[in-house]
Amino acid sequence: MSVAPADVAKIAMLARIKVTEAEIAAMVPELNGILAWVEQLGEVDVSGVEPMTAVIANSLRLRADVVGADPLTGGNIRDKVLANAPAPEHGFFGVPKVIE
Amino acid sequence: MRDLTDLGLAAIRDGVAGGDFTATEVAGAFNAAVAEANPALNAFIVTTPDHALAAAARVDAARAAGQPLGPLAGVPIGMKDLFATQGVQTTAASHILEGFIPPYESTVSQKLWDAGAGMLGKLNLDQFAMGSSNETSAFGNVISPWRAEGETAMRAPGGSSGGSSAAVAARIVAAATGTDTGGSIRQPAAFTGIAGIKPTYGRCSRWGIVAFASSLDQAGPMARDVTDCAIMLEAMAGFDPKDSTSLDLPVPAWSAGLTDDLRGLKVGIPREYRIDGLNADVAKSWDDGIAWLKDAGASVVDISLPHTRYALPTYYIIAPAEASSNLARYDGVRYGLRDLPDHAGLQDMYAATRAAGFGAEVKRRIMIGTYVLSAGFYDAYYTQAQKVRTLIARDFDAAFGEVDVILTPTAPSAAFVLGQKSDDPLEMYLNDVFSVPASLAGLPAMSVPAGLDRSGLPLGLHLIGRAFDEQGVLNAGLAIERRAGFAARPGRWW
Repeated sequence: MSVAPADVAKIAMLARIKVTEAEIAAMVPELNGILAWVEQLGEVDVSGVEPMTAVIANSLRLRADVVGADPLTGGNIRDKVLANAPAPEHGFFGVPKVIE
Repeated sequence: MRDLTDLGLAAIRDGVAGGDFTATEVAGAFNAAVAEANPALNAFIVTTPDHALAAAARVDAARAAGQPLGPLAGVPIGMKDLFATQGVQTTAASHILEGFIPPYESTVSQKLWDAGAGMLGKLNLDQFAMGSSNETSAFGNVISPWRAEGETAMRAPGGSSGGSSAAVAARIVAAATGTDTGGSIRQPAAFTGIAGIKPTYGRCSRWGIVAFASSLDQAGPMARDVTDCAIMLEAMAGFDPKDSTSLDLPVPAWSAGLTDDLRGLKVGIPREYRIDGLNADVAKSWDDGIAWLKDAGASVVDISLPHTRYALPTYYIIAPAEASSNLARYDGVRYGLRDLPDHAGLQDMYAATRAAGFGAEVKRRIMIGTYVLSAGFYDAYYTQAQKVRTLIARDFDAAFGEVDVILTPTAPSAAFVLGQKSDDPLEMYLNDVFSVPASLAGLPAMSVPAGLDRSGLPLGLHLIGRAFDEQGVLNAGLAIERRAGFAARPGRWW
């Protein structure tokens, strides 16, 4: 499979990365080179093989459902959570208007 | 007085504990070495001399009060800038995180401070750990302290832990943290003549490490020798309830268990790693390694890992897929960069922010990952890759039925000149041909210095062990280290 400029534009839209026409033109051969190279996996016989889900067998654990169990990352630390936000407003993350 | 920066981790720890010198003297010597070298090497994104001095003062006070000292007491280290450090900028070498000050400390770095280490600064790396030469950093290339004989061309320190490898090799840190997704500890260690180990997946907590490809990412130590790696890994490893893939296992006393007596050990030599056109010096160093392990009492067995040639393409589907998902969090809302063009809506802000914040290689991998996970292509690429990954892991399972440890070269060549491979992503990806298979199988693996190539540049040998058998890897590494007698150091040009 290979990608055309329209495909690259769509991938960029899905990935939320703004690209110019010139960038798309540069990316088409690069991505096609990489895709052509990974295509060789298609020749591997994988019949009856399960996809890998965990390299080391492990079971998922549940933690106690307690707010603030870890004081550093738990509840009631609004200002710390917002400290790195580029545009906090009134104790919230500020974003451009999304509803007209 | 001797130069304290000549001492490695164990020698500093023991010297501080024994009163030969103070931790404050050590921190001062390394702070000065960093200040002198960093303008030339660009190994650090930020330096933190006060952190190193404060940690040292605590150690000196504890010793004066007769209190027990930690296993890394008085040792100044560098911290790869992928580990969140409370109150100290953490960027993953990307503009998108420039200025980000974590309000928390990563589990691994906290463990190191608890063990008595101090931080000299945050080490440069490939952006989001995506690269093999440290040329994708938004904060400039790291320059390897190594130069080929009679040349002044700037060489790559390897990647992604290129700041770590350069700093350890230049003797401006006693040791450093690295992270390894497809070879990012081992390849830079090989390029700079130092030791580095990636433990079994899950040994070191990923909590607080900026995520790249979560099913592959593992932290590990990079240091001047195998013993220092063993001591530091003991301090970094251990169960962490905050990482869902953390292994709930006790941490073995690897440093106490070190031995280069390999009698009874079987070493596998995988024939598929003898690739066409293998660099002659690399092949020679591999043969040296075989002879050294035999000398240490091991027997050598030819083995086959039949799916080896599919490991790199598998990796370059899985790692970008996971990266495209992990890096979705950088949206200009909660932290880091925001680019809000005039009259832009929310979606435009996301796209503009990510376009301005991510470097070219990061964008390339996000795009590949997005494509292979998208509707209609998921099974053909991603599911197929995860199935081949199963086969690669099975190859290792079968091999470890026959042998105890596997020996290969770490990288297909010595360090290349900066810029030499940066125009062709595929050529750069091939640097990880020997290191990626162990990553895909989650196995412990390390690089140890083996000698110099014909132009005077370091070469590394690569040992892969069974899951959880870091000891076997470290012991075989020690046997090579003692027999290689690698004492070369980069000439000081900075």
